[in-house]
Amino acid sequence: MMKRILGTETEFGIGAKNSESVDPVSSSILLINSYPFLPSSSALWDYENENPLLDARGFEADGERERPGPEYNRLLNKLLPNGGRLYVDGAHPEYSTPECSNARDLVAYEKVGERIMETCLEMASRLKRGEDRFSIYKNNTDGKGNSYGYHENYLVARDLPFDKIVAQMIPFFVTRQIFAGAGKVGSENKTDFAHYQISQRADFFEVLVDLNTMVKRPIMNTRDEPHADPARYRRLHVIVGDANMSEYTTYLKVGATALILAMIEEGREVAGVDIENPIGGIKEVSRDLTLKKKIKLSRGAEWTAVEIQRTYLEQAETHYARSSDPVTQDILKQWRDVLDKLEKDPMQLSRKVDWIIKKQLIESYMERKKCDWKDPRVSMMDLQYHDVRQDKGLYYALERGNFVDKLTTPEILADAQENPPKDTRAYFRGTCLKKFPKEVYAASWSSILFDVGNTTIKKVPLLDPLKGSQALVGPLLKGARTVEELLATIAT
Amino acid sequence: MAKQDKKREKKKDVDKKDEAAGANPEVVEKGKKLKEDLDTLMDEIDDVLEENAEEFVKNYVQKGGE
Repeated sequence: MMKRILGTETEFGIGAKNSESVDPVSSSILLINSYPFLPSSSALWDYENENPLLDARGFEADGERERPGPEYNRLLNKLLPNGGRLYVDGAHPEYSTPECSNARDLVAYEKVGERIMETCLEMASRLKRGEDRFSIYKNNTDGKGNSYGYHENYLVARDLPFDKIVAQMIPFFVTRQIFAGAGKVGSENKTDFAHYQISQRADFFEVLVDLNTMVKRPIMNTRDEPHADPARYRRLHVIVGDANMSEYTTYLKVGATALILAMIEEGREVAGVDIENPIGGIKEVSRDLTLKKKIKLSRGAEWTAVEIQRTYLEQAETHYARSSDPVTQDILKQWRDVLDKLEKDPMQLSRKVDWIIKKQLIESYMERKKCDWKDPRVSMMDLQYHDVRQDKGLYYALERGNFVDKLTTPEILADAQENPPKDTRAYFRGTCLKKFPKEVYAASWSSILFDVGNTTIKKVPLLDPLKGSQALVGPLLKGARTVEELLATIAT
Repeated sequence: MAKQDKKREKKKDVDKKDEAAGANPEVVEKGKKLKEDLDTLMDEIDDVLEENAEEFVKNYVQKGGE
């Protein structure tokens, strides 16, 4: 199987005991500017190649493109040594992983985003007193109808028509939450009542396909901004998922999604699973904690979410039967195991799947404290499960007590904080930032701009996410003593 | 201060438990261990859970996402 480039963006929520002290924009700016481990204090984000208003259906929406001046640009953007980006998006601090080639790497690079935000918080807290101190949550809702995003990105071939991706992926995304949901106490956004549901985000999806991410959210987002050669690539921008605390959940979520997209790109189709009402369906699935409820399909039959997922899994098992890629084979094995357990007894996954881990935790607490779902402590637990502080976050309390399965080690995370993945263009970006921190004038996903003196800026385009890897540019970067030497070698 | 001390004591208890389990893992019945661990965890939750949960949750409002 060809390497499948993927990456995630996580927006974090900010809270404080004295909520009036939290102005979201200035707090987000304070937080990211508190991060001490940056290779360059001057590097800008290069907005040149960005246009989030291009629609995959073939038009450009009205709106203003973002182009902050240099000083504001530096306040809003931090280029990380691992090739990722720490920035302010609207009213939230946000972390984007570098481009990864597989789900296992992605888990480490996404998880380290929690450590980066925790460090920001520690540093920023020195300037704050008592009740003004922040807390930061890796979740997707305030429980009052305001959601913030967790977006996944998958590189796919341009010649795979967008309509086909939509048709093939909708039933997958409506049902994927059964092993990818982060769990939520209550319901919101004028949806049906629930004590507890599988997904943080399901309540917020109102349309099937659209460019919006902030209002009238679509199950399939049409943003056509490939951050790569647009003639060869699309970037599928998936906004339907929850941010997960469980490493295992993240792994299976992005791993299974990447496998299905690659399979569709290679021509295999999944048939007979179209859901009659996906918008209602996504909320129904989120509310069915037994996983036994049937959803109406367009062809009239009624299937459970597990049965729909199993159809995708079985196609993938056939498609990848001869693949020797260890991550591919492991994802298929784990996916089957999870679906089997979801069908028999979901609580068997109480070490692995976020919504089940959280449910078991809250239910154990309610039983001991003789309280119910309406108790404010239960809502607090729902929020604090996602607290990025390791001494406060309930997910981390579970991790310390060995109640959850992990995929990373402290060594893997330390490496992911400092070093880029070796097998994507993130290697070139991260290594240049570390080796030539003064000369990198700006960078983006698809470019690096070097200041070579005499007011001259030279741009190196990075239009292929698979190039710029250590195998391709490692020796060249190692050999270059100066940026001039590097640019001269690249030019030849 | 009092809360700090209480935390420290609790931590000592946890350490002791860990040592006991480590020294003689086979003797510790799995079910009993799990219950003990869960009890410890539930105490820990009460320790770390934000005070005035109702107020905190009510005031947690996030606008302008994505």
